[in-house]
Amino acid sequence: MGMTSAQKSGFGATLWDWLTTVDHKKIGILYLAAGAFFFLLGGLEAVIIRIQLISPENDFISAGLYNEMITMHGTTMIFFAATPLLFGLMNYIMPLQIGARDVAFPFLNSLGFWLFLFGGIMLNISWFTGGAPDAGWTNYAPLSIQSPGHGVDYYVMGLQLSGAGTLMSGINFIVTIVLMRAPGMTYMRMPLFTWTTFVTSILVLFAFPALTVGLFLMMFDRMFGSAFFDAALGGNAVIWQHLFWIFGHPEVYILILPAFGVFSEILPTFAKKRLFGYTAMVFATFLIAFLGFMVWAHHMFTVGLGAVANSIFAVATMAIAVPTGIKIFNWLFTLWGGSIKINSAMLWSLAFIPSFTIGGMTGVMLASSVADYQYHDTYFVVGHFHYVIVGGVVFALLAAMHYWWPKMFGRYLHEGMGQLAFWTFFIGFHLTFFIQHFLGLMGMPRRYWVFLENQGLDTGNWISTLGAFFMTFGVIVFVINMIYTTIKGKKAPGDAWGTGRTLEWATASPPIHFNFKQMPLVRGLDPLWIEKMEGNEKMTPAEPVDEIHMPNGSILPLIMTIGFFIASLGFIYQAGNSYWLIAVYLGMAIGLICMLIRSLKDDHGYHIPKEEVEREDD
Amino acid sequence: MPDKMSTRKINSFQKQKNKQEMQKMVVSFALMIFFTLVAFALVALEIPSTYVIPLLLILAVVQVGFQFFYFMHLKDKGHEVPAQIIYGGIFVTVLVALTFTVITWW
Repeated sequence: MGMTSAQKSGFGATLWDWLTTVDHKKIGILYLAAGAFFFLLGGLEAVIIRIQLISPENDFISAGLYNEMITMHGTTMIFFAATPLLFGLMNYIMPLQIGARDVAFPFLNSLGFWLFLFGGIMLNISWFTGGAPDAGWTNYAPLSIQSPGHGVDYYVMGLQLSGAGTLMSGINFIVTIVLMRAPGMTYMRMPLFTWTTFVTSILVLFAFPALTVGLFLMMFDRMFGSAFFDAALGGNAVIWQHLFWIFGHPEVYILILPAFGVFSEILPTFAKKRLFGYTAMVFATFLIAFLGFMVWAHHMFTVGLGAVANSIFAVATMAIAVPTGIKIFNWLFTLWGGSIKINSAMLWSLAFIPSFTIGGMTGVMLASSVADYQYHDTYFVVGHFHYVIVGGVVFALLAAMHYWWPKMFGRYLHEGMGQLAFWTFFIGFHLTFFIQHFLGLMGMPRRYWVFLENQGLDTGNWISTLGAFFMTFGVIVFVINMIYTTIKGKKAPGDAWGTGRTLEWATASPPIHFNFKQMPLVRGLDPLWIEKMEGNEKMTPAEPVDEIHMPNGSILPLIMTIGFFIASLGFIYQAGNSYWLIAVYLGMAIGLICMLIRSLKDDHGYHIPKEEVEREDD
Repeated sequence: MPDKMSTRKINSFQKQKNKQEMQKMVVSFALMIFFTLVAFALVALEIPSTYVIPLLLILAVVQVGFQFFYFMHLKDKGHEVPAQIIYGGIFVTVLVALTFTVITWW
């Protein structure tokens, strides 16, 4: 098993290695690659939406296809681009930051990835089988119940698959952080990205079951004739909205907290200062997570929950501005008086602060339940959430790519292309979404296929589409940058930026497959920085060089996932044709047999002998 | 992972503790079965539901408590982090149930 890096293996062997891998670094890269693919797909859908809205009463795409486009854009971006890209980063970076050799449950990690990927594939198959889901990414009942064809069924099964994967990854991260920290790595010495991974995973653990329940109810309603959401038979459509947002609101914090973590790593590194107010940052992270669970009904102010309910949720929502404000000021104070180095990673981080603050400000405006009656379902909302999600999460992802690319792939992304991508995307982003606030205030509703001429909406929409082209250009430059870097990028040393503070910079770039030859001894916050300040070239080891225990790879997660994938297809089509039940039974059998094999077959992993560990230079 | 149980010699103190632990487990297990029997009996005796429903809920909460504290070791030392996370989960669940009761079903 022990792969020495010098050996070159054939294509088949490499493919097998990636399909069976349980290495957190490789799974991280798989997450990033798949997430990037879905990001480009979602981006393409976004561009099609903007082209449709470039001029009044445009007919670039039909109304039905437009509905599919907006639904798939939202669903793809949230579930299959933003979430997996962040999970990829967490997978790769978090174990390195706490000085672990892998996550707590490597097998589960691999299963989580495959479930996510096949969920995404399932959702997108719907394009080719008679129409994608078209009830919006929120999939509100009763619209979703009445949507003809199988589009919404694909939505339900695709999200159910990927949701299960996300849930197990979340549990995995929690256990990893609780149990596998290196000697000396106390909770209050953990880097902020690890902290946000931890809190995010707790959010995943509590939020995703609500989605799972909602999706099951939706599945029964659509495929097995139940009536949970059918008012005519005594059901209640509002229950879907509650369940969706009990999940959905924490989900936006699941996305933004790791983004906060990324910036809390990048700013200290390039300001050459320790993070200002570390304790307050940790506290604020927890406070956001706590408050994030009691604000979901602010998405439902116009449902008619009543004045008291609306007021409670409005006040709770506004309260979130406080811990977020704490974070914004801490980043500013981190920069204050720092020896600041500007590069692509830093540009994205600096641009994030004002962009996200604008999104936060419109958030407080929307939180006011009375004013929300005016904003609800207009482009103002579209402007708001793109400011927080693009200005927060996407900026964080691009910053993180520049920052950790040398760690993950051993080469620096090209700086010139990085800055070109930044400026075009940044300008395009503000062009696209700033004007949308005003379009919304002027009364343009969201999710409409066309708008009419001479209602004051023409210029705004034209500008918005122009911005989308700028963003597209930026993304294309970034893709070219990735390809260029892979071929002839500049090689990076372990401490790629020279001012790395956290443990991942103490490993090689890319790290050896067991990460650390010897467990490092952590002597404080920013452990590598402490060692460097004392003139040590590397971490003080906490153990002698010895043999290392590592997990075996396995193909079972992939086969198990394929089983559940087949069963999901069976569930979708059995409603019309009972022969499809064969697929349900077959798929379930494959999945369950794999689980049985996994349970009965003891797999204790393998040991890398001491001699081989000694040969590796770290 | 260092594991306390893996040390070969279990001293008498540890033995004593394990014995007490086992006693507690058996007692709480017996109580849980007793509660379940009581619950079934209450329904079988056809007492008015105004009394039965609150009683059943109380019994259920006590059983969940036994489950968490005795069988899932929430009361033990070294289980603080899982305990905190489970309290968090209980908080979220209660909040959701409360909201549904108050603004959707009431």
